[in-house]
Amino acid sequence: MTFILTGVALLLLSGMLSLVGGRSRAATFLGAGGAFLACLIALPSTIRMLFNSSTESIHLPWSVPYGSFFVEVDPLSAFFLVPIFLLSALCALYGAQYLDPYSGRKPLGAHWFFFNLLVASMVMVAIARNGVLFLIAWEVMSLAPLFLILFEDEKEKVRAAGWTYLVAAHLGAVFILVFFVMLGRGAPSLDFDLLAAHGKDLPWGSGALFLLAVIGFGAKAGFIPLHVWLPEAHPAAPSHVSALMSGVMIKMGIYGMFRSLTLLGGSDPWWGYAMVGIGLTSGILGVIYALSQHDLKRLLAYHSVENIGIIALGMGVGILGEAFGNPALFALGFGGALFHVFNHALFKGLLFLGAGSVLHTAGTVEMDRLGGLMKPMPVTGTCFLVGAAAISGLPPLNGFASEFLIYLGALGGGLQGSALLFTPLVMTVAGLALIGGLATACFTKAFGVIFLGSPRVEGAGIHEAGLLMRVPMLILAALCAITGLAAPLMLHVLGPVVGALGKGHGENAALTGLMWAEGPLFMISLGSIGLGVLLIALVTARRMILQNREVSDAPTWGCGYVMPTGRMQYTSSSFAQPLTGLFRQILRISEDVRMPKDIFPSGASFSSHPGDAFRELVFEPVFSGVARFFSGFRWLQHGRVQLYVLYIAVTLMAILAWKLR
Amino acid sequence: MRSLFFPLLALIFSPFLLSIINRTKAIAGGRKGAPLLQPYLDLMKLLRKGAVYSRTTTWVFKAGPVIGLAATVMCVFIVPFGAQAAPFAFPGDFVLLAYLLGLARFFVISAAMDTGSSFEAMGASREAAFSALAEPALFIALAAVARKTGELSMSGMFHVMSVQGLDAGGNLPVVLLISAALLIIFLTENARIPVDDPNTHLELTMIHEVMVLDHGGMDLAFIQYGSALKLWVLGAVLMGCVMPGSGASWWIDAVLFMSGMSGLAVLTGVIESSMARLRLVRLPQLLTGAGGLAALALILVMR
Repeated sequence: MTFILTGVALLLLSGMLSLVGGRSRAATFLGAGGAFLACLIALPSTIRMLFNSSTESIHLPWSVPYGSFFVEVDPLSAFFLVPIFLLSALCALYGAQYLDPYSGRKPLGAHWFFFNLLVASMVMVAIARNGVLFLIAWEVMSLAPLFLILFEDEKEKVRAAGWTYLVAAHLGAVFILVFFVMLGRGAPSLDFDLLAAHGKDLPWGSGALFLLAVIGFGAKAGFIPLHVWLPEAHPAAPSHVSALMSGVMIKMGIYGMFRSLTLLGGSDPWWGYAMVGIGLTSGILGVIYALSQHDLKRLLAYHSVENIGIIALGMGVGILGEAFGNPALFALGFGGALFHVFNHALFKGLLFLGAGSVLHTAGTVEMDRLGGLMKPMPVTGTCFLVGAAAISGLPPLNGFASEFLIYLGALGGGLQGSALLFTPLVMTVAGLALIGGLATACFTKAFGVIFLGSPRVEGAGIHEAGLLMRVPMLILAALCAITGLAAPLMLHVLGPVVGALGKGHGENAALTGLMWAEGPLFMISLGSIGLGVLLIALVTARRMILQNREVSDAPTWGCGYVMPTGRMQYTSSSFAQPLTGLFRQILRISEDVRMPKDIFPSGASFSSHPGDAFRELVFEPVFSGVARFFSGFRWLQHGRVQLYVLYIAVTLMAILAWKLR
Repeated sequence: MRSLFFPLLALIFSPFLLSIINRTKAIAGGRKGAPLLQPYLDLMKLLRKGAVYSRTTTWVFKAGPVIGLAATVMCVFIVPFGAQAAPFAFPGDFVLLAYLLGLARFFVISAAMDTGSSFEAMGASREAAFSALAEPALFIALAAVARKTGELSMSGMFHVMSVQGLDAGGNLPVVLLISAALLIIFLTENARIPVDDPNTHLELTMIHEVMVLDHGGMDLAFIQYGSALKLWVLGAVLMGCVMPGSGASWWIDAVLFMSGMSGLAVLTGVIESSMARLRLVRLPQLLTGAGGLAALALILVMR
């Protein structure tokens, strides 16, 4: 606990110091260095607390009504703190080099101030145990990214993305505020331990509160249809910020869901149905939208929506297990969801950093303007490949292990029991299978179009990322593999977290249920080792046989055509076409076609622009309606100061009259 | 040692399934057909060659066939042989099986993309799309089997299915629905008619074959051997659900299983001789249909 609070203090201090640095390199040194150091100080003790499953707390009085400075690190908090510290440290390191070309031109001090503030506020959200403290930390965590997103504020698109983010973040915050106010009605303070005792006997039932939490925290996490800010904000932000936001910040929404489940006590079956429904919608639609994107960072943002969907599926399975009294289902669902939270932080962080390296050197992440980057950027390419395989849920990497837990829970829980339980579980299994297949299609497209083949546009000076950018990617790629192989050990870390979630209703049964997965996961790790041995054997055999034979090179076989150019390659949209064509109605792709005409055609063009049904059919009409409604009041605002003073006087009189009534 | 007998059988005999399919097609077409050992001869010929690599490619191109073959060989150790358990069995092993095939697919597709050729990318794109749509049907079908047998490992599932046989109360409709769904998946994943034509030489219509246009020598041998093993693995999944077995005597089960696999190969040959390839736009409907059949089976076992 001491180390964690020291880390927070150091983050705030170094953030403020970096403000002094202004636009110079010194700002980066102070800000990023401070963030890296702070995370390094706090990480070991957090990991130790997670392994010991110990709980430490500090409770100090605070003059704010209902508030107190009550912080606590329990296994659930520690489990979310580890990826926060880990990814923040790596992103700070990466960002230091990533932002170097901007030094002298951009206010780097302000950037690092808000970066460190974001990290500190995420830590505070994870350890706060008082409603007021939590809301303050949440609000800071919602505001700080706005200034990070607006780093390149001279671009129109970036400013628009900032607006979308701001609106989405605050609409979500309103629901969370109402959640705490309703939960705490009649309670002496908003301390979580009091709320948890209080939440069990709410007169109006906890269902309404569950819905508030789903909307409030779901807006942060990116449940469809509340996801619209993600594909705008992630591409606009600098890449290390995208990695941090996608890797850990949206997970704070998931943390909020878990925490509110503990506050609400028991659960109803329909909560589970709702979460499975949300998970299926977000997972499947997320990956379908991702498939249709041309911009790598937008693609990755939609993939975050997909992975949040997988996490929601796991939570839904867990809630169903709780509601139907099946501890193994409960443990495997929640365990899989939590494990996926950690895994997604690793591989999505890695993929966004990889995208950043491409953007850094090529100046664009439009997939159809790239190609063949594996040759000039072998390290970035290989790391991206590891991340792509991991996010597609392929063994032996970590994405498979967490999805396997959810599969195992859903399949095992569906062996007996009524159709009421079996149906959502089978839908989870089928949904996960479809998501996995589509994710493979999506990432073979992203990796293949960007890193393989030959360049589509002649780009000179493409080079490998610098050392400070390569090292974080290599660390994350290695962690993806290690976590996948060490999945049986991860169960022991997940045990106390799941046990704490199941407190009061069969903690030990939940642990037994979770440990049931140890055998299968151990077999999978064994199989992965076998796969590795087989690979080494095949590669060696191949090398030995080819040693004494003629190995030559030639152009790619073009079926007789001898003048191919890079532009003739399959593009990202052509690769995805068989699938995007199927989901045309949801995707709302608009196409711009100019067909070749006449006997001697002069030119032709084709371009397509993927849309978002929820943005275009739901939010844009609603918000433009709201804007129309309020523009009806424009006549109040006319610039005449005398009348403004009159407004104030009239308002004051009205309040006075109301008070004297 | 007994547990390794069946995987060894698969490693040796899987190319022979291709011979049976080709011989069936030849007989149906009134031809004499290639020698029965032709697939083996092809593999030997390829293994004797040197290598030519496109200048566009990177190490990913060479990794594709190796990883693809290694992942498929792992599958051979996971899939049970009728009523006889696999050497590598645990609850949820079919999830690993499906994802190992996914791993193989990921790298074969990437290797195709690495050539920078539109033809190969076209095949890769189709392979990615259609196997993604086949995935849910496979899982629904196997979930139905799991629910029916009360087992979570394929070895347990297929043991119960084989020993129960078709005559146990109300089994027949479920088995028929599941095997129809699995047959469609078997044909799709192995690039057979009506989904893909292994004999076509028009690049624009192919799926699997066009992906490997640029592979030659040892790489092509790895890919072809991997395809033969995949044919065996998915065939064994289908056989596990329909083939009766004793579950006790391993050699009776071996004979039954091998004759079942040969029967499946003959059936594939008959299908290939008697119908044409479907148009690409019809394939999603076929695969959704397979999912629908599996879902019907699921409703029947839910009672």
